[in-house]
Amino acid sequence: MLNLILRRLGIMLLIMLVVSMLLFFMNEGDPKLVARSVLGPFAQDQQLEAWIQQNGYDRPIMVRYIDWLVRLSQGDLGDSIIYKVPVNEIFWDRLANTGILAGVTFLVMVALALVLGVLAGIKEGSIQDRVISFVSIITTSIPEYASAVILGGIFVFWLGWLPGTSSMTAGFNPVELILPVMVLTLYGFGYIARMTRASMAEVMTSQYIRTAVLKGIPYNRVVMRHALRNALIAPFTVIMLQFNWLLSGVVVTEYAFGYKGFGALLLEAALRRDIYVIEACGIVAVFVAVTTQTIGDIVYTYLNPRIRFS
Amino acid sequence: MVDITPTRTTTPEPIARPPSTVRRWLESIALLRESWVGSIGAVIVLGFALMAVLAPLIAPYDPNLPMVPFAFPLSAAPDGGVFWLGTDHLGRDMLSRIVWGGQRVLIYATVATMAAYVVGVLMGLMAGYFRGWTDEIITFIANVILSFPVMVLYVLIIAKFGASGANIVLAVVFASSPGIMRIVRSLTLDIATREYVIAAQTRGESSWYIMLWEILPNARGPLIVDFCLRMGYTTITIGALGFLGLGLPPPDPDWGGMITETRSFVLAGFPHMAIIPAVAVSLLVLGFNMLADGLREVALRD
Repeated sequence: MLNLILRRLGIMLLIMLVVSMLLFFMNEGDPKLVARSVLGPFAQDQQLEAWIQQNGYDRPIMVRYIDWLVRLSQGDLGDSIIYKVPVNEIFWDRLANTGILAGVTFLVMVALALVLGVLAGIKEGSIQDRVISFVSIITTSIPEYASAVILGGIFVFWLGWLPGTSSMTAGFNPVELILPVMVLTLYGFGYIARMTRASMAEVMTSQYIRTAVLKGIPYNRVVMRHALRNALIAPFTVIMLQFNWLLSGVVVTEYAFGYKGFGALLLEAALRRDIYVIEACGIVAVFVAVTTQTIGDIVYTYLNPRIRFS
Repeated sequence: MVDITPTRTTTPEPIARPPSTVRRWLESIALLRESWVGSIGAVIVLGFALMAVLAPLIAPYDPNLPMVPFAFPLSAAPDGGVFWLGTDHLGRDMLSRIVWGGQRVLIYATVATMAAYVVGVLMGLMAGYFRGWTDEIITFIANVILSFPVMVLYVLIIAKFGASGANIVLAVVFASSPGIMRIVRSLTLDIATREYVIAAQTRGESSWYIMLWEILPNARGPLIVDFCLRMGYTTITIGALGFLGLGLPPPDPDWGGMITETRSFVLAGFPHMAIIPAVAVSLLVLGFNMLADGLREVALRD
């Protein structure tokens, strides 16, 4: 077990290292382009040269990379070109906003998906199974940008119940969170629900459930105490992988609703070549994704006795 | 029918010639009629494909021609025709834009997904068949790429290299071939232990012959399902890039771009302009998902 954890952590570290290299070479590989991004399109060649000299961009790329890595590990993310302030000053607020959005979505989505998946999987082929399965195919086919306008049409334009943007200009307002959470949940829950359903259906046909039922244990108790515990192992990994997907969905959803989160920051930075912000966003996104994946792998192994004891 | 007389033939029955590869692939698709979900999916996808092919005949107007702005669906056009789906804020006919946009989306989604498949299948075959270092290296590269949240990767790539059709295709190949590689790799690991592969190895066939003609055709079932799912994902991605302003350059219609251009008019009382392309994207993706679901269901049955 410890061996496995160490190996997973090693792979994770290696992946982070390669990703950081990719991000660095992609964004800071050419010093001229960096200087151009910082000084703007009207800077003279001489100014660019001077900037490159002043900021040490005339050093070999590997030296600059290691230097960057050291500063990164000390928490120095550089300065934002657009906002003219240290990236640290804007980045963490944005990340916290995304954390709120993603966290609420995650809770709603997982709860909904598990309940529906279990309900569908208890009796394979029943009407409730078919309805739930069919609904989940439909909802997974509606991408965030489509549901954003469709739900916006319904709840903002037609019913007038919800605000159409979520920029939180007048402080944090939970009502503005409803539509983005709905959009992300709608697209995301179907996949977990289907995994849960398949896992539940498999468990329900197994010998030990039949034995438990034949033994005369009440059906509800069989489901709650015997089936659920085993049925929820497989969806667990899928749920952890959803963080990766959630960070993807967040980029589109934040843009759609003007939510001031990390996804919107990344998009703005990428479009306006704010390289230090791009690097910070990229590294953190991959870090969150890889960490959740690693945790998912480890916990899955721990939960699954067949792997644990082999 | 049952012949019970014990006979011993010294010459074995001539073995029927196995059906050609193309035939076998087609047969696994033809099984689809047994699943209603799959059939509906196939009808939706074929409908959009037909619409794309017949775009010049179906689209009543030039998709970029400004006529009457803000016309609702079914309103009369000045030339005596009908704006079946209304017009957008610039007065362009929505139906024509949906039809031409659909053609564009389908062409790019198909090209990108196919290209990703070529790369993913080759990598997966190599990793699964050669194993050892080849496998280690390919798998590691795939893990690095897959560690990025997909949309973050697309934004980084397109923002760096610019928005163009070719770059979108390249970005899709880069982002989705690792996933295809993983599936092909695990299928290859399994199939490579079968008798017919060992027979081919004993015959002295080359590795590439075995990979492409013995292993790949036998992996077709799960791959067809995955291909349909991925067509759906790629359609979503192309729309998302258009939506984020990183997509195919305007003014030619592109569903994601259409949503972004007109979504501010939803609240102004013209929801059709943004909602129609949103429904179109969802419907096409639904078609692919149902098709994949049906194919999977049929494959599990036998």
